[in-house]
Amino acid sequence: MIVELGHFSLILALGLSLCLAIVPAYGVQQGQVRLMNLSGSLAAGLFVFVLLSFFCLGYAFWHDDFSVTYVARNSNSALPLEYKLSAIWGAHEGSFLLWTLVMAGWTLAVSLFSQSLTPDMRARVLSIMGALTVGFLAFILFTSNPFDRTLPVFPGDGADLNPLLQDFGLIVHPPMLYMGYVGFAVPFAFAIATLSTGRLDSAWARWSRPWTNVAWGFLTIGITLGSWWAYYELGWGGWWFWDAVENASFMPWLIGTALIHSLAATEKRGVFKSWTVLLAIFAFSFSLLGAFLVRSGVLTSVHAFAVDPERGMFILGFLIVVIGGSLTLYAVKASGIKSEAGFDWTSRETMILANNLLLVIAAGAVLLGTLYPLLYEAMTDGKKISVGPPYFNTVFVPLMLVLFAFMACSPGSRWKKTPVAFFTSQIVPLLASLVVMTALVLALASRFEITVVLVNTLALWILVSLGRDVWAKVAHKARKVPALFQQSLSYYGMLLGHLGIAVAIIGVCTTVYYSEEKDLRMAAGDMVSLSGYDFRFNTVRKVQGPNYIADQGDIDIFRNDKLVTTLYPEKRFYNASGNVMTEADIDPSLFRDLYVALGEPIGDDAWAVRVHYKPFVRWIWFGGMLIGFGGFCTVLDRRYRSVSRARQAIRAEGAVV
Amino acid sequence: MKFGKMKPQRRNRLMVVGLLVVSAGVAVTLALSALNENLNLYYSPAQIVNGEAPTDTVIRAGGMVVNNSIKRSTTDLGVQFVVSDMHEAEVTIAYVGILPDLFREGQGVIARGQLNGQGVFIAEEVLAKHDETYMPPEIAQTLARSREAADAAAKGATL
Repeated sequence: MIVELGHFSLILALGLSLCLAIVPAYGVQQGQVRLMNLSGSLAAGLFVFVLLSFFCLGYAFWHDDFSVTYVARNSNSALPLEYKLSAIWGAHEGSFLLWTLVMAGWTLAVSLFSQSLTPDMRARVLSIMGALTVGFLAFILFTSNPFDRTLPVFPGDGADLNPLLQDFGLIVHPPMLYMGYVGFAVPFAFAIATLSTGRLDSAWARWSRPWTNVAWGFLTIGITLGSWWAYYELGWGGWWFWDAVENASFMPWLIGTALIHSLAATEKRGVFKSWTVLLAIFAFSFSLLGAFLVRSGVLTSVHAFAVDPERGMFILGFLIVVIGGSLTLYAVKASGIKSEAGFDWTSRETMILANNLLLVIAAGAVLLGTLYPLLYEAMTDGKKISVGPPYFNTVFVPLMLVLFAFMACSPGSRWKKTPVAFFTSQIVPLLASLVVMTALVLALASRFEITVVLVNTLALWILVSLGRDVWAKVAHKARKVPALFQQSLSYYGMLLGHLGIAVAIIGVCTTVYYSEEKDLRMAAGDMVSLSGYDFRFNTVRKVQGPNYIADQGDIDIFRNDKLVTTLYPEKRFYNASGNVMTEADIDPSLFRDLYVALGEPIGDDAWAVRVHYKPFVRWIWFGGMLIGFGGFCTVLDRRYRSVSRARQAIRAEGAVV
Repeated sequence: MKFGKMKPQRRNRLMVVGLLVVSAGVAVTLALSALNENLNLYYSPAQIVNGEAPTDTVIRAGGMVVNNSIKRSTTDLGVQFVVSDMHEAEVTIAYVGILPDLFREGQGVIARGQLNGQGVFIAEEVLAKHDETYMPPEIAQTLARSREAADAAAKGATL
């Protein structure tokens, strides 16, 4: 009964989203404020019914209702409760329900926090979000209904959740990621709404900037969590694989990063208006493309859901309508838009332009590598290829290094025109960073790597110029410490974001060059040395888990004959599904991880064992979290909250002058 | 009109366009050459047996792991197994390292590596999918083709 209720409320939600798509838009056309203002209550109703449906599916999981096909496939009575509940989004149907819930949530949030918009603008934005939700709900109801039952005959117990997903990562990674993916629908809706009015002033940049930054912050955290999860869960210590689905989340992130910078320029200076609109359209289009790649099975990937051409066709159709429609609108409307303000090539605008250029090219290169197997197959009549990680590294890394050099010069650059002396004054910090980094690598590292020195010099240079910029802001103040806390929150957001990038650069580069790894055969008492640590394989014993049996290794790690830690990696056998899974054990610390994973038993009581030494690997995710929090800072900025409608209109006109 | 005499706005725009064209050109060139060097073509067991696959080039091969074909070294992590298209062709794959969790007999796998002169595929990487119901499209295609061939042969026999 509860399950039918869930299904029914999804249908109601579809009806409400249709109303939300049509009624306020009709109101705008007819000039009826009453109809426009219905958007608020429609958005609220939509959210309530999608949420209800989501709870109903959760209830089915909680009560082990295996007559529901989706529950029977992805749960089991022995599954711990937290995984039963997160199994709601553990496979295609439910995860798309989560996607739609997040969409409805963002729609509600826009209707609640955009009271300062003109009624006509608010109605337009919400009606576009409603139209997108129609697509998502129709997709669920027509191709991927999680409430389908297998009556009258249903299994006595479920097939169990994929063991890889029975982890804390599943609880946090998809919701964060979807908040980001779907959050880009908000700047998209703002962009389309503004295009449709034909008045592209700077006000829309002010409106969409906090939304974009928050969505981008969520996406950053989602990707970071995914990388961390893959690192400890897949059992081979990698943290980024250039896998098609990773790329699917990374491309919107790259475009989104370009967008938040370009929005800043549009808001502050009224430049790049039509470009920013285009980026907003592309950021969301890439999110949809990601959904298509993951859910259609066209690409081989560790994440790919089960193949279903019908679903693929639906999303492809939706993708064509959304991208085609918005680009057509853009072509018709954007030609008349002019950026009024000029700028010198030494200006901050130029820096942002370089940032945008590099990020968009990088996204294009990732797109090319991701889709090339499909193109190739189409061109050569079915020949299958794959594009290896070296392609991505060769193209992506040089672009980023150039970007980082611009990044180091950007804090303290001025709008319109920066004195050339500012750029020449960067040389001293650059050389100082080089000297310090060379000394650090010579003193601390096991061997001298010139690449590590150069790349980490860039990171240090970024840090130093951030520091210089902060100092420039407080140096002329009498009370310096309070002045430190009186900057705008957007500024702290920038600091955090760039700081996070520098931290992540150090993490990535150091761990890539100084990690050590050995795969070897070990029997009881065998020792192996790695980067000054001695690993002793003691024994393997059987351990009983809630829904699995495991072989648990016992490995002592010594440094200079002193015990550092004992690690217990496991090889788990999941009873319900019969799946085997590696559970690595890690001794984490700020400067190095020790990582041990069990392979398989290879006779004579010996095991295949994988041991890693991974220096600075935590810095990657620590940096990623900082970047994400930087995105959240901007939204707390008072400028974006307390602006009255009248003042906004004045500002909008003022920006044009 | 000389560059220096242009209106600053037009000059800026020209510079921006120039910058765009040059960097896009450089990026595309870089990308395409990198792409060419890093393409790994897939060959089915039948193609490898028929000598269609190049030797000493990085390619991918795959199929179903044949029952009782896994042979392990007793001194290191060396392992050999045979993959088949379930119809006629079989290829031996040699690998040193830890096999993925879902690697087992009767399961579809894909390996990346090089074919040596003796027709043995020396794998650098072996992939099995993280979803037991999921079949890599390459293998699905190989199996479908070998099934078609088998059907055609059966028809030919009855005619």
